Amino acid sequence: MTSLQNRFNPQALAAGLVPQSREHWINVLLVVGLVGAAMLAHFLGERFYVNLASRIAIIAMAAVGLNLALGFGGMVSFGHAAFFGLGGYVAGISAYHAFNMTPVLGIGFMPEGSTQMLSIWLVTLLVSGLLGLVIGKISLGTSGVYFIMITLAFAQMMYYFANSWPAYGGEDGLPIYLRNELPLVDTNHNLTFFFIAAILLLISLWLSQRLMGSRFGAALTMAHLNPVRLATAGIDPRPVKLMAFVISAMIAGLAGALYADLNRFVGTNMLSWHFSGELIVIVILGGVGRLYGPLAGAILFVLMETWLGGVTQYWQFWLGLVLLGVVLFARGGLMGFLAGRSKDV
Amino acid sequence: MSEPLLQVKQLNKAFGALQATRDVSLDLYPGEIHALIGPNGAGKSTLISQITGNLPPDSGEILLQGEDITGLTVAERAQRGLGRSFQISSLADELSVRRNVMIAVQAIQGSSFRFWKPVSSDASLLEPVATILERLGLSDRAGTLVAELSHGERRLVEMACALALQPRALLLDEPMAGMGSEGTARMVKLLSELKHEVPILLIEHDMDAVFQLADRVSVLVSGGVLAQGTADEIRNHPAVREAYLGEETT
Repeated sequence: MTSLQNRFNPQALAAGLVPQSREHWINVLLVVGLVGAAMLAHFLGERFYVNLASRIAIIAMAAVGLNLALGFGGMVSFGHAAFFGLGGYVAGISAYHAFNMTPVLGIGFMPEGSTQMLSIWLVTLLVSGLLGLVIGKISLGTSGVYFIMITLAFAQMMYYFANSWPAYGGEDGLPIYLRNELPLVDTNHNLTFFFIAAILLLISLWLSQRLMGSRFGAALTMAHLNPVRLATAGIDPRPVKLMAFVISAMIAGLAGALYADLNRFVGTNMLSWHFSGELIVIVILGGVGRLYGPLAGAILFVLMETWLGGVTQYWQFWLGLVLLGVVLFARGGLMGFLAGRSKDV
Repeated sequence: MSEPLLQVKQLNKAFGALQATRDVSLDLYPGEIHALIGPNGAGKSTLISQITGNLPPDSGEILLQGEDITGLTVAERAQRGLGRSFQISSLADELSVRRNVMIAVQAIQGSSFRFWKPVSSDASLLEPVATILERLGLSDRAGTLVAELSHGERRLVEMACALALQPRALLLDEPMAGMGSEGTARMVKLLSELKHEVPILLIEHDMDAVFQLADRVSVLVSGGVLAQGTADEIRNHPAVREAYLGEETT
């Protein structure tokens, strides 16, 4: 009974006196597990697995972005590769021009690129936010299947544009000869890079937690569950959803910039609809609208891809089976299966 | 009488050949309950939808406190003080009662683009919600999911959401439907108290409740106003008795 009272007591909630739920411990376990695995792999000298952990962290981050739109906002974007890829190209193009000492995009007054991750991230957040604003503004005029199709169409436009723009490698993609830099740390060190990715992942998780707990999150939840109720209360659902879409795009974009640096390469595959689909699969696998669902989903997805993909080239058949099982029997995804129903206060 | 709070002037709405609203005019004055009655398909809900902005009228205008709101969106009308409840309960089933009412409190504070402070410990949201739930006798259901509520309780939560907006005028679409005698009696009591705070345009099928509550009544038949007057006038109106009340009152 005391636990129940604490739950509904604002002061106790604010002071963090609420007994932690099972979901909380699973969240902690997921993070500790990922970090632990990366460190273990590093001390065993398994560089491949350190990079695999980085890959998981980065893809999870992109999925955290998508989860904000899809899971919490109910906007099924089939075009988040556009933002991921855009982030990748910002990192790639910036490094390319810094390397060649030519102005960005070949335009005289532009700066000569940069190899500083911090400035690359800033530009990425800016441009992917802008792209999210444009795509979101237009797409949110539609709903349901049309929303899915229009977001896909935008991403495909980006894909074909990148494919046919020879200045940045076209379909061959663009290599990044040296990983971009951060002050004080060596980004070429695998474990260091993993920690950069993991910290950004944790920041984006923490950010979406704050966001969803705030008034904005309450409005977004209602915009998803019952837009008529929200409008009847006097809050227009459209700008609320658009804002969530923009933030979602920014997080996905930043993940893309990291991904390009992880691989020291950015290619059109980052913009392809396959990747948009993978992100959706990851969000559904992990549990739609669960805060740490994207992390659980990314771990499962990348591990299946790596291990099953090593055993059989038809690994996606097994992925399909797992997905089918989740959709049919565990609607809350992996998080729903492990932690039970999500709770609201 | 003072100025009408809500005025509907010569409203028309057709769906193809069906004239769902036919030249409807009505006023809602401070302190009154104005009941809208009529047989099924008379266009009562269509009329309400036009007043709230869910449905655009073909012609005519709607004024709230003398201001033309005909061209405004649902959200804009709500911001100007038009509260409503739905015939078919329109709440978020997946959320608790508290959360459903909280969004309305948040709306009148005009603060949905705040990204940081958690609502779960925000007294400026929780306290007004608690006050309203207390008033409607829902305090012990605050943490319950709407999906788990009884029909009557859902109606009350609808009311709570509408009241949380501190509306200037309230449109209630069959608030007593399916509530049972005890629930109805309770709602009648609530509405008769409430009308002194906010005038109510009430659609209701329960004639006992209507004549108990209403100061004035408009009778809607096939989209048009058949009769309009005080409750007593309507009760004794020959055309109304024939067209609508006939079987029930004799």
